[in-house]
Amino acid sequence: MSEEQIKNLETQFEARIARDEKIEPKDWMPEKYRKTHIRQMSQHAHSEIVGMLPEGNWITRAPSLRRKVALLAKVQDEAGHGLYLYSACETLGVSREELYEQLHSGKAKYSSIFNYPTVTWADMGAVGWLVDGAAIINQVPLCNTSYGPYARAMVRVCKEESFHQRQGYEIMIKLANGTPEQKELAQDALNRWWWPSLMMLGPTDAESIHTEQSMKWKLKRKSNDDLRQQFIDQTVPQAELIGLTIPDPDLKWNEERQSYDFGEINWDEFWQVVKGHGPCNKERMKARVGAWEEGEWVRDAAMAYAEKKRNRKEKLAI
Amino acid sequence: MKNKNLYNYILGIADNSLILGQRLGSLTGHGPSLETDIACTNMSLDLFGQVRSYYQYAAKIAGDNRTEDDIAMLRKEREYVNVLLVEQPNTDFAYTMARQFLFDVYHLSFLQELQKSKDLTLSAIANKSIKEVSYHLRFSSDWIKRLGDGTAVSHQKMQDAIDGLWTYTDELFHQTEADKAMVAEGIGVDVTLLKEAYYEKVKAILDESTLQTPESKWFQKGGKEGVHTEHLGYLLAELQYMQRAYPNMEW
Amino acid sequence: MSDKKNWPLWEVFVRSKNGLEHRHCGSLHAADEEMALENARDVYTRRSEGVSIWVVESKNITASNPENNGEMFEPAHDKVYRHPTFYDLPDEVKHM
Repeated sequence: MSEEQIKNLETQFEARIARDEKIEPKDWMPEKYRKTHIRQMSQHAHSEIVGMLPEGNWITRAPSLRRKVALLAKVQDEAGHGLYLYSACETLGVSREELYEQLHSGKAKYSSIFNYPTVTWADMGAVGWLVDGAAIINQVPLCNTSYGPYARAMVRVCKEESFHQRQGYEIMIKLANGTPEQKELAQDALNRWWWPSLMMLGPTDAESIHTEQSMKWKLKRKSNDDLRQQFIDQTVPQAELIGLTIPDPDLKWNEERQSYDFGEINWDEFWQVVKGHGPCNKERMKARVGAWEEGEWVRDAAMAYAEKKRNRKEKLAI
Repeated sequence: MKNKNLYNYILGIADNSLILGQRLGSLTGHGPSLETDIACTNMSLDLFGQVRSYYQYAAKIAGDNRTEDDIAMLRKEREYVNVLLVEQPNTDFAYTMARQFLFDVYHLSFLQELQKSKDLTLSAIANKSIKEVSYHLRFSSDWIKRLGDGTAVSHQKMQDAIDGLWTYTDELFHQTEADKAMVAEGIGVDVTLLKEAYYEKVKAILDESTLQTPESKWFQKGGKEGVHTEHLGYLLAELQYMQRAYPNMEW
Repeated sequence: MSDKKNWPLWEVFVRSKNGLEHRHCGSLHAADEEMALENARDVYTRRSEGVSIWVVESKNITASNPENNGEMFEPAHDKVYRHPTFYDLPDEVKHM
């Protein structure tokens, strides 16, 4: 194809997206579109399955049977969401194994927030309330993204996730209304998860490199800073309602903007965690790689058995 | 307590599901594939669902304001009456599936009888659980076959798991005092009558999976009397941690 | 990576209730058809989404190529006589 022909195809392609048409797997697409989508969808998938670990950490210790089943179901959903997203990625011609390889070798990123430890039960509340809250803000607009398989996966994810944040907030309500010791647990968890949750919405617009192209492809509908503001504005009243204090002395309502002003985010910490220096980066990867490697003989056995069964069937047919 | 035997009888059923559910639950996020991970969590959730029905009923019988969580999390080591089989650790996926299979075969036949119980609550719980456990058995049997008749490595691992867990199978058919009393009242299941069919069924699947049925006749017992393997203490330490560290609170 | 041993990809179709058609709802990995069915049940019907499941290995699906969409689908666009609105009826005839 000549350069001019490609240019022409690209123009048509961009016009289709601008008209809100969906792109499907076998459609022609610019290589950059394909690559960007593989990167974002796999990053998203990796975040789901690495995200299982900090919460999975408390399944055996949940304080009641009711909490235990809710947490189990939630962490299980995350496995499902990882699966939907890996499948969406696979429509672009990259296998789940290749994507795992990228994750395990450190080439692919996942949401940094999962590199923080869940130290008390209250963290199950804070993670559900704040981390899932921030995730939802990011994800809902993606139900309308331009790539069909991604949009469909996100519709399913968002539908299923609607209980996740409630699950977390309910834990916080119980703690905040409980004994002084329980309330302290809740406040402590909020203190530790608040700032990482704000960071989770991505670097400030000034430093964000992919934004403009992603907006065009509807991979992103709002800028990181707008999403962050939305998250803060919706979360602060929820904290107030249950008598918890947001750990930001500079936080105050701005009448003119009809929004909260907030303090400086420690971006140095953010980048350090992204680069692998968070408290749990190594443990998370060790757990993922371990599960995959220890599972290899199981996966091999299933394939060997499937082949034997097929051969037996074929023999019977003759 | 007016109906001590019925209470103990229910715990004898429910503790198995609690401990096995806890074992399966701890695997969430660490399975050999995402799909298998999700499947094992489903079984864990089924078991915890059953546990809650049983304990809620037991709490009602006790009639002293104790809750399902008190029963699940505030007993001492010697007061848990699950069989030794279900508390065995997740050594590897072969052990996990072998433990599941050896329990599922028993569990399903037990529930099919419990369904006929004169006690309508137990009968109703059994009725609902049968569907779940039929699926568990289907799932675990399939994995016994896959691993037994898969590769040389998986065959060896599965044989090791079956051999290692075999010693805990006979206990499934022991009767406690509460069992005997409940059988006499037409409420409980006479587990001794399930034994022969159990070993036949297990052997049939093991044969199909090219696995040897162990011949050892020496069996471990004690779980039903509250004398456990060392593994249970650690499991309980995690299960009970919150209730012990923060007593008398609501969550 | 040992790619020959990886579990193949399957497409999953679920009938949400009798009377409705099976609809594609996603895909998954499984070693064989039994496992594919079981995995589909565990992954895609956790919230009572289905009463029947079909699974088919992805490689067995033959798909049309969007590059041929012109010849494949556009010729149908102008065959308006296949639709009831093409035909004129007197106003008095209310239902036909």
